[in-house]
Amino acid sequence: MTERVCVVGAGSIGSLLAAHLSRVADVSVLVRREEHAQALNEQGLRVSGRAEFTAEVRAAVDPDELPEPQLAILACKGPEVAAVADRISGRWSGATVMTVQNGLGAEATVAERGAWPILAALTFMSGTRHSDTHVEYVLDTATWIGPGRGTTAADARAVAELILAGGLKAEAYEDIAPVRWSKLIFNATVNGVAALTGLRHDFHFAAEERPSDLGHLVRGLIDEGKAVAAAAGLVLHEDPWQMNVLATQRGHAHYPSMLEDVDARRPTELETINGALVREAERLGVSVPLQRAIYRLVKAKEASYL
Amino acid sequence: MRVCVVGCGAVGSLFAANLALLDDVEVWAYDLAPDHVEAINRDGLRLSGAGEVHARLRATADAAELPPCDFGIVATKSMHTEAAIAATAHAFTGGCVATVQNGIGNEETIARHVERVIRGTTFPAGKILAPGHVQWDVKGDTTIGPFEPKPAPFEEVERLAEACTRGGMPTHAVADARPPQWLKVIFNASTNPIGALTGLTHGRVCDQPELRRTVSRLVDEGKAVAAAQGIELESDPEDLIDHAARPDVAYGHKASMLQDVEARRRTEVDYLNGGIARFGAEHGVATPLNEAIHALVKGVEASWDQ
Repeated sequence: MTERVCVVGAGSIGSLLAAHLSRVADVSVLVRREEHAQALNEQGLRVSGRAEFTAEVRAAVDPDELPEPQLAILACKGPEVAAVADRISGRWSGATVMTVQNGLGAEATVAERGAWPILAALTFMSGTRHSDTHVEYVLDTATWIGPGRGTTAADARAVAELILAGGLKAEAYEDIAPVRWSKLIFNATVNGVAALTGLRHDFHFAAEERPSDLGHLVRGLIDEGKAVAAAAGLVLHEDPWQMNVLATQRGHAHYPSMLEDVDARRPTELETINGALVREAERLGVSVPLQRAIYRLVKAKEASYL
Repeated sequence: MRVCVVGCGAVGSLFAANLALLDDVEVWAYDLAPDHVEAINRDGLRLSGAGEVHARLRATADAAELPPCDFGIVATKSMHTEAAIAATAHAFTGGCVATVQNGIGNEETIARHVERVIRGTTFPAGKILAPGHVQWDVKGDTTIGPFEPKPAPFEEVERLAEACTRGGMPTHAVADARPPQWLKVIFNASTNPIGALTGLTHGRVCDQPELRRTVSRLVDEGKAVAAAQGIELESDPEDLIDHAARPDVAYGHKASMLQDVEARRRTEVDYLNGGIARFGAEHGVATPLNEAIHALVKGVEASWDQ
């Protein structure tokens, strides 16, 4: 039974996990800014939207000020995984580390920095962070967990049950790669196109009536991604084109994080999503001219403001 | 002779003002901007910068006022060609109509309304400073030739070229005006939208080796479409692109499409990448990257209404 959990990084996903898990475990939060830690310690962490409550959490910027956890959840963005894993490197030898990043590479990055057993998760839930101490729970889709280095499906099930008990949705899988790849192809395509066009994810992404409609490009990008997955010997969990169509029919135009990052002139997750897909295609000898163009264009767009 | 400039924006004004200096040419300007028309009729049309010109001519926003003309010079943005030529065609029943617009496909549109059409490409550029006053940024040559499916007699093409040249706008009459037009459209389609999507100036687009390769892939597609039509380009668009990237040429230049996107004005992408894709489809040449860029820029335009 996991009693002590540390959530590393308190963005929207980290905040949602920390608040809900605090209902069933002793939760600490490792953050980067002193004032963030202080605010959490003084005010707790408020959840609104699909759930309404305020959680008590223990927060710090120094890992040594926190009790050693049995489960550490790295809830930072992809590009920050290396720095975050460096901060806990050499500590918490009894902990299992769980990654929740999109794209490829987070598990390997963690594995290089410590001998912890690793669980690999992907989350489909979404939230909006209103302040350091307030997160709105928006989409209540599940977090999917699978075994990584040194863990088993039973370990994944135990953590899924803990998250479920805390009030979020979670499912355990024997192998998370098929899900990871479905999501990778979906994210590389939708986030890349959104970042370049400024479009939120709506009907434009599935429109194929006129030759210049975006759906043709989206389908072409997804087909390239599927060819890479096939070359890697993977059977996808879901067809990313179907994921795209369904998401555009929900009636709410999702604001993809890569577009959010571009609008806020922040670095994006391009390298761990689109970059990872293009490099994997290269390694496998699959031609992906459209994905490559999207990757180069978003990279250049970042260069225009970074 | 009597000439009507259809669309008296920056480029149209360069032709209108220079031609109006000639004693044997009567110039009319058809334009929908009431303040510009009023200023021209009241104070004349002024050019400053690369040349200082102050000319008297008649301007109108009412096509019914136009007398029969020997020549039309269409200089609207490409998306306005159809409306502009539909309104003014009656003035050209006995005359010839030339286009000096960007992109490809304008001749076809004009030919649906008038019998004798002249294909054209022009390099001079400027911008409107105030109603009746245009900044002349760049001098350059114009090439005109009969539009093959509905050709103007070559003597008429020569007559127009002679008048333009004498007025200060060097113009060449040639039997086949497609090569300079395709050179310019390949240049524009391969660079303008890259600037528009990334926010980078021409020089910075060329500075990034990876992105520069995407530009080359677009150029390759455009060259293949030109070759399939039997068009022999006079020089390599790649050389033009590299030349323009020089610090003393246009390194810091923001492509007009980037300016359009920043001002949230509809772009001419349908006549650049969209035109290359359409002619490619007609001639059995695949243009996946031009199609992708076309769809992305249309997506940018769609995002303004989201």
